[in-house]
Amino acid sequence: MTNNENQAIIALEHVVKRFPSGKTWFTALKDINLTLGRGEFAGLVGPSGSGKTTLLNLVGSLDSASEGRVDVLGMDVGKMNAKKSATLRKKHLGFIFQTYNLMPVYTVYENVEFPLLLLKEKAGKRRKAVMEALEWLGIESKAKSKPARLSGGECQRVAIARAMVKKPEIVLADEPTANLDAENSHHILQTMEQLNRELGTTFLFATHDEKVIKYLKRKIRLFDGKVAADEIIQS
Amino acid sequence: MIQFLIKGLLRDRQRSLLPLLVVTIGVMLTVFMHAWVTGVMGDSVEFNARFETGHVKVTTRAYAENAGQIPIDLSLEGAGEMLNILHSKYPDMAWVERTRFGGLIDVPDESGETISQGPVTGLAIELLNENSGEKERMNLTNALVRGHFPDEPGEILISNHLFEKLGISLGREVTLITTSMYGSMVFHNFRISGTLSFGMGSLDKGTLIMDLEDARHVLDMEDATAEILGFFGPGYFEPEKAEAMCRVFNEKYSDPKDEFSPLMQNMRSYPQIANLLDMAGLMAFIITAAFIMVMSIVLWNTGLISGLRRYGEMGVRLAIGESKGHVYRSLISESVAIGLAGSVAGTLAGMLCAYILQEKGLHFDVNMDTAAVMMPSTFRAHITPITYWVGFIPGLISTVLGTMLSGIGIFKRKTAELFKELE
Repeated sequence: MTNNENQAIIALEHVVKRFPSGKTWFTALKDINLTLGRGEFAGLVGPSGSGKTTLLNLVGSLDSASEGRVDVLGMDVGKMNAKKSATLRKKHLGFIFQTYNLMPVYTVYENVEFPLLLLKEKAGKRRKAVMEALEWLGIESKAKSKPARLSGGECQRVAIARAMVKKPEIVLADEPTANLDAENSHHILQTMEQLNRELGTTFLFATHDEKVIKYLKRKIRLFDGKVAADEIIQS
Repeated sequence: MIQFLIKGLLRDRQRSLLPLLVVTIGVMLTVFMHAWVTGVMGDSVEFNARFETGHVKVTTRAYAENAGQIPIDLSLEGAGEMLNILHSKYPDMAWVERTRFGGLIDVPDESGETISQGPVTGLAIELLNENSGEKERMNLTNALVRGHFPDEPGEILISNHLFEKLGISLGREVTLITTSMYGSMVFHNFRISGTLSFGMGSLDKGTLIMDLEDARHVLDMEDATAEILGFFGPGYFEPEKAEAMCRVFNEKYSDPKDEFSPLMQNMRSYPQIANLLDMAGLMAFIITAAFIMVMSIVLWNTGLISGLRRYGEMGVRLAIGESKGHVYRSLISESVAIGLAGSVAGTLAGMLCAYILQEKGLHFDVNMDTAAVMMPSTFRAHITPITYWVGFIPGLISTVLGTMLSGIGIFKRKTAELFKELE
């Protein structure tokens, strides 16, 4: 780990997450303790139902822990109200989804521009940042296209551009390659790796895809809601 | 951001065009229905006003008490002066004199022997005065079946039914047998210039219409009239205004101790008409309210569905960092824009349809020979001040409430659950 990476920007202490299941409760996460440093390229791996997405939602302040504490960028997510959570996501977090979730009525350019509109960036700055993001992802020629006219790989690149355009500290990616073929998956992962290297953005994946796992520098294996293994891969 | 949202709204037809069309059609139907029901109910009431009661009517107190007997001996004397008072005090109203009387029509042969006879209900109106507006008010032009309107004194119109029953020809002289204002027997010859049919049994059986001056001459009613009818300018009865007018007029001119003093009554003073007015008001309210309720449910649902189908989009927007409040407000703003645009468009379209039916009317060729209450054969819509805003209840309020209700889900559901809607 570098000095930069030593700086913990995600910290989970004794985190438990329960969901109601009929008259009883289902425990999705059991006493999770985890720390991620700045600039990490880490992944939560494990079979379906192991708690990957639940953990990602807690870090992304989309959900709150039943017990324990989740700190993101030094802020206790559990104590944040909805407005502060939204501000955290707006300014510091980027999301990449399995199904891209682009807004179909907007063009590629407009989809990528949306996070900057929320940040109330000026038009000139927005234009520059959007074009830069599209160039990183090699989709600048598709700027005026609507998502329906793009391939799956192109859609995911747009989703990455949308997550990266505001240069967030953390990107949370939930099964980002699940709908992509091998070639597109590698291309996307190489791009993310490059962004991680050049911009120092922390990436946290939730995946059980071997193609993704091969790229990870840290594998946090979850099983039955617990951290079964935490492995740093030496390059 | 606003520009961004407007762009999305315009491009997503399911979000803009479809709800806009539904709102527009719903509002149009509501507005049109309201104008139509108001018009039809109002027409029935108005028909009675035009033929019988006026919006207000001035008679002597004694005549008012015995109106059912058509007592011309209790007519109002000094009619000219009373008319001048009414014109000067209420210049916005149309005032006309009318006299009703009963009698017998006798058709004689060349030697004066009776060929046929029939009872008549006489109505004397200002027929030769083109400015009186009576022909239009009573829709006589459309009711004329044969011949022409009287051009000169001594000519009368009779109902077509009676004309056929008497078996006579146009231009034929007939004798009217009746009593004068002072009770003496009167015989007078008139020439039949035309025949009328109103499509109403009560009017078509034995109506005779003559000019008021002819009646005055024959019935010995110099400067007298049985009734003075007043009509509001816009053409529809205004209950509160009429009530106030009667109160003020009667306080000043009517003396309960003098049965020949004038008495002003409004339409509501006649129990049958009051019932009709109440029923018309109630029916208009029930039909309009029921329609508004149905349309409100439809448009509420439109708002609800429109909001629900966008839970996925809301999930993305929340994940990217938009606050719940902002998402909710943007949904409401869109709904207000669509509700407002649809309400305006629907109101204009509804009013256009209503205006056409207000001007042209819808003619029903129904035989009302046995009808107890006078009903018009042509029904019209009526645009009132309510027509201008009634469509906004389902169009704007229901649509926005529907959206507000569906949008509450944004706050009730956890962000992560909304987020799952994406998958």
